[in-house]
Amino acid sequence: MTERGILAFGAYIPRLRLRRETIADALAWINPGLKAQARGERSTCAWDEDSLTMAVEAARDCRLDDLDAPDNLVLASTTLPFTDRDNAAVVTEALDLPEHINTLDISSSQRAGTAALANALGAASGSSLLIASDCRETRPASPLEMQTGHGAAAALVGSGKQLLARCLGHRAISRDLVDHYRSRSSRFDYTLEDRWVRDEGFLKIIPETVAALLADLSVKPDSIDHIVLPAPARVAKRLCKILGLEDSGLADGLAANCGHTGAAHPLLLLTATLEQAAPGAKILLVGFGQGADAFLFETTKRLSSYQPRLGVAGHLKRRHEESNYVRYLSHRGLVSIDRGNRAEFDNRAALTTFYRKRDMVTGFKGGRCEACGTVQFPRAAMCVNPECRAPGTQTPISLSGMTGQVKSFTEDWLAATPNPPLQYGNVELEGGVNIMMEITDCEPGTLKVGTVVEMRFRIKSVDERRGFTRYFWKPSPVEER
Amino acid sequence: MPEGIRDKVVILGMGCARFGERWDAGPEELMLEAFTEAVDDAGIERDQIDAAWFGVFYDEQSVGKSALPLSIALRLPNVPVSRVENLCATGSEALRGAVYAVASGACDFALALGMEKLKDVGYAGLPERSKGSFDDLYVPSYTAPGAFAQLASAYAARTGIEMADLKRAMAHVSVKSHQNGALNPKAHLRRAITMEQALEAPVVAYPLGLYDCCGVSDGAACAIVTTPDLARSLGRKDMVAIKALQLAVSNGAEAGHSSWDGSYSLTTRVAAQRAYAEAGITNPREALDLIEVHDCFSITELIVMEDLGLSELDHAPRDILDGVFDRDGAVPCQIDGGLKCFGHPIGASGLRMAYEIYLQLLGRAGERQLTSPSVGLTHNLGGIPNRSVASVSVLGLTH
Repeated sequence: MTERGILAFGAYIPRLRLRRETIADALAWINPGLKAQARGERSTCAWDEDSLTMAVEAARDCRLDDLDAPDNLVLASTTLPFTDRDNAAVVTEALDLPEHINTLDISSSQRAGTAALANALGAASGSSLLIASDCRETRPASPLEMQTGHGAAAALVGSGKQLLARCLGHRAISRDLVDHYRSRSSRFDYTLEDRWVRDEGFLKIIPETVAALLADLSVKPDSIDHIVLPAPARVAKRLCKILGLEDSGLADGLAANCGHTGAAHPLLLLTATLEQAAPGAKILLVGFGQGADAFLFETTKRLSSYQPRLGVAGHLKRRHEESNYVRYLSHRGLVSIDRGNRAEFDNRAALTTFYRKRDMVTGFKGGRCEACGTVQFPRAAMCVNPECRAPGTQTPISLSGMTGQVKSFTEDWLAATPNPPLQYGNVELEGGVNIMMEITDCEPGTLKVGTVVEMRFRIKSVDERRGFTRYFWKPSPVEER
Repeated sequence: MPEGIRDKVVILGMGCARFGERWDAGPEELMLEAFTEAVDDAGIERDQIDAAWFGVFYDEQSVGKSALPLSIALRLPNVPVSRVENLCATGSEALRGAVYAVASGACDFALALGMEKLKDVGYAGLPERSKGSFDDLYVPSYTAPGAFAQLASAYAARTGIEMADLKRAMAHVSVKSHQNGALNPKAHLRRAITMEQALEAPVVAYPLGLYDCCGVSDGAACAIVTTPDLARSLGRKDMVAIKALQLAVSNGAEAGHSSWDGSYSLTTRVAAQRAYAEAGITNPREALDLIEVHDCFSITELIVMEDLGLSELDHAPRDILDGVFDRDGAVPCQIDGGLKCFGHPIGASGLRMAYEIYLQLLGRAGERQLTSPSVGLTHNLGGIPNRSVASVSVLGLTH
């Protein structure tokens, strides 16, 4: 059988971090116990991010340049913005991947990410770009508000000489232990007592699954270098003890600086591990949720020459503190802030227009004039260059990977936006493209003419009345790395 | 080159409603207020009007589409009425239609009326509207102040001026217009302000503060035009003639091509050059006795001084602070208060500017009358600097 494994990997963690102390300070009045949990911070999406935008960014974090386009794109999440619209198809178009690939959304379990990974690894042939992304909504003062975070991870799964990590084996147990659930009609998880989940779930199902995998492969526990266990740190240590694993190899669960990213978490931790692992290392990966998945990977020599664009480490450094708990609540739709009459503007998206123009809107493709070379957005029948204006000369060109410079800008306190002031300006991209764009991930007072920006896939606006989210690209300042 | 419109048409009468937050008046009352003054001034009967052009920008806000609202409000005798809309140049566009109709010989008397009833929106500022089904998918949900505010950062970057110094020049623009507006009984804002007030006002869209922004007003203005011969036959001696009417419309280059740096109005430059040629003006700073420009925001007035050729490139802030465009300066600007203080009922603004030039040239401007001016200019900049419609008109005294 062909060896299969991971050809590329990447991650995305939103730039905003909410310190747990900020949560506790706001909510200790209702639950003084929160103070005891008030250590470290969690990641949280900006108002214009969701599991779909994070999925796009995680995929863009992978180095895919030298690799063939994938045959499949699989999006795993329990928080996809659309229940009936192929979210993976949106991601495919945002990534400018060929439309003949198979797209698939996988949902309904914290194990969605590892289940999708198992499927991709188990396929006889072909490659899959697998993205796991989660942006769980949590009720204020709930334990999950403290414990969870938002994030995404991506891996290109396939075979061939370019493997960074080979999969040595996989085992799954499917068992309907309802430690928590979220029905279709509810926003938030309903959770059961964590002690029960620990004793009957983590400490029984995971050991069974891992023991079976290791027995299958005749691998001794002490030969395993890295252990990826998306469980609370104390539980993970006990699991190591039960299984005879060296807990020094336990991957950091990112509880201190990110929080548990749901269906994305096993892959996010795997990404973080691969960023640091040496060639020839054995990595045990576990997913948990109504049963468990266990995988054993072995890294290859090629791993030492691969790094994602930012990876988990880079994204953790790309940090801005959300110090205002009420603003966090507002951006997560958990409190209704008066946004003024201007925000009442009812703007139904013309989906016919969107369909015709979607390679520009979702794919951010402009046009390159074959007569004069001018790159422009939007692509149009006639060239925008006043010296050219030739008809029918433009071929599509992707702008999403371009950097640009701010030519002029404002911070607009009048414009309706969930996060005033609305920052926008004329931005010049490579090739002379000039576009007025909304600027994101940028603090007021920091923009300058000449600020260098890169493009990010973001929510353009949300039609709350019709439950429709529009996406477009926004520049954000390139931070020092 | 076509021979143009110069001296072929004169203004026979003009009217202007009191601008402001006209809670007392709807579109019909505003139209009637302007029209009654104009038709009395013209000394003709309503039924002598051969055709009319009706300018309104936010049709969906006040009166609905088409030319019907004007025809119905004035009970015109089923003459041709066209509704025109060209952003903030709408009023000037209405005038252009009427003037061209008279110049062509198709009409003896033509009416241009611009009106806007903004204060039925229910909130401050201009109404939120769709920018078009495609634009709504990618263009930021900008506001007018935000779109124009960007001029300031680009202008500062281009010229190297410190933002604090640019802000002082912008503040002077507004202080000057408030001084002028205080003398105008029809103006919306009639209170003088200080430099400190202007500089310390709350920010609307960086770097524009409250006093860098014009008022949102209700109003209407109107002109009745005819040929010089007909005007003379009606006993007119001093007349205000149309010397030039030019319009320049963006083709997308500013918004989409790197040749534009965001610091000036390309269409204003083009329209001004054409208008000066049409009017036979070679040195505008010498030739123009007063100007009414599109000061929707202080920074707009500032950059437009260069685009109209009234300040050397990069010298507008200095000229402004030197008082060149003050009431007693070389080229008095916004002598009626401008958009800033007279107000900016969008569809009416171009005609309101013409109204002030008309009064000034005929020596009928009352307390704010300048000493015997003979040539004046009006300028509108519709849309946003990225995509704009600029109109430049020159009016001159003729006998």
